[in-house]
Amino acid sequence: MNNINNMKRLTLPLSEQDVLNLSAGESVLLSGTMLTGRDAAHKRLYELIENGKELPIDIRNELIYYVGPAPAKPGYAVGPAGPTSSYRMDKYAPALMDLGLRGMIGKGARSQEVIDSIIRNKGVYFACIGGAAALIAKSIKKEEILCYDDLGTEAVRRYTVEDFPCIVAIDCKGNNVYVDGVKQYSEE
Amino acid sequence: MEIRRIKASVVAETVKRLFIDCNYFIGDDITSALKNAVETERSPLGKNVLSQLIENNKIAASEQIPICQDTGMAVLFIEYGDKVVIEDGSFEQAVEQGVRSAYDEGYLRKSVVSDPVFDRKNTGDNTPAVIHTKIVSGDKIKILAGGKGFGSENMSAVAMLTPSKGVEGVKSFILDTVRKAGPNPCPPIVVGVGIGGTFEKAAQLAKKATLRDINTKNDDARYAAMEDELLEAINKMGFGPAGLGGTTTALGVNIETYPTHIAGMPVAVNICCHAARHKSAVI
Repeated sequence: MNNINNMKRLTLPLSEQDVLNLSAGESVLLSGTMLTGRDAAHKRLYELIENGKELPIDIRNELIYYVGPAPAKPGYAVGPAGPTSSYRMDKYAPALMDLGLRGMIGKGARSQEVIDSIIRNKGVYFACIGGAAALIAKSIKKEEILCYDDLGTEAVRRYTVEDFPCIVAIDCKGNNVYVDGVKQYSEE
Repeated sequence: MEIRRIKASVVAETVKRLFIDCNYFIGDDITSALKNAVETERSPLGKNVLSQLIENNKIAASEQIPICQDTGMAVLFIEYGDKVVIEDGSFEQAVEQGVRSAYDEGYLRKSVVSDPVFDRKNTGDNTPAVIHTKIVSGDKIKILAGGKGFGSENMSAVAMLTPSKGVEGVKSFILDTVRKAGPNPCPPIVVGVGIGGTFEKAAQLAKKATLRDINTKNDDARYAAMEDELLEAINKMGFGPAGLGGTTTALGVNIETYPTHIAGMPVAVNICCHAARHKSAVI
């Protein structure tokens, strides 16, 4: 998130090679399309997986952004859309990663099970800044509701983004900025 | 003092304005704390996160859109003067109507579900609100409104400490709660602490403490010193802005107290994100 010109730019969907080249702590700008989903949508997807049923969306090679946006004002493509706390999706994330999801975007720490699934599937977990919703929304150019419309803000959307700012929080080797970054500044 | 008549529509309009304003316009206390933190923060990434938060809050204010997509559950602390009579409607309905209009007309997110366990169906208008009303003497209504986001609310805790735990026990429970929250509640955080009363009183005090400006201090010098000491200790934990590492984990610690029972020393810690939305008005 340093000077925008120095930041790594990546096009979505990410390839395995893209992910292998990422390291925890690195700031990146993402362009392309990503899925959105949070608590209620994850619960439904997980129940389908548990019952051996097909998912209503193709998650292979995709990123899921954990977000429940505010409504868009007239003239705006989307409303404010910052990340929600990721740990609430920890119960569901490994099953999605094992089905080919490339990674997740959210905020905050993840469980060991999620970290293991990131390493196992050569995935990635990006963080963006919690509470910077008005700023982040500037990089979201279009939204389309894919399923679970009845969930309102929790419906699954496809976002088209340009230079969406985030930080590699956990890379495919399991390096974790929430551990290493904090250790560096802890005086306890 | 004579009876004063206030129209229900005036109450509703005031509540609506408070919730829209607190979601669009960050408090001056938070803005100056963020600006100071950009200077003092040791992590370069942390400095950058803080600058982006300042930029975000500027965008929200100038475009009149919410600072954060989680525009919160509506919490109100109301001091209701006993000489006030509401005309053309009921007080509670007027407050709920104000919340409903704010979240609808202000393009705020509707984040409330009807039943907490079984149905979890969105009520569609962000009602009901959580309303704490105190009857006071006088002919005015004072309303303190806060939109409480749940990323930080989920990190809060209450402990029924016993008196033998003393000052050290209070401090370690507060610090343990903040440490356990770690990067999740959108640091830099505001920590609201309620000490004393009963189980629910402590929690209510802690919530009210999060709605106090962070450039204010507890009136009792001993608690004011504890606020400073805790803030310093929290900023040594290393979580930093957005929890990515740094020296700015909290912007403020506010403590509120109340007399308690001989057998107890309840402590509640209510964590709030850096948006710390609150506005107040007197009718």
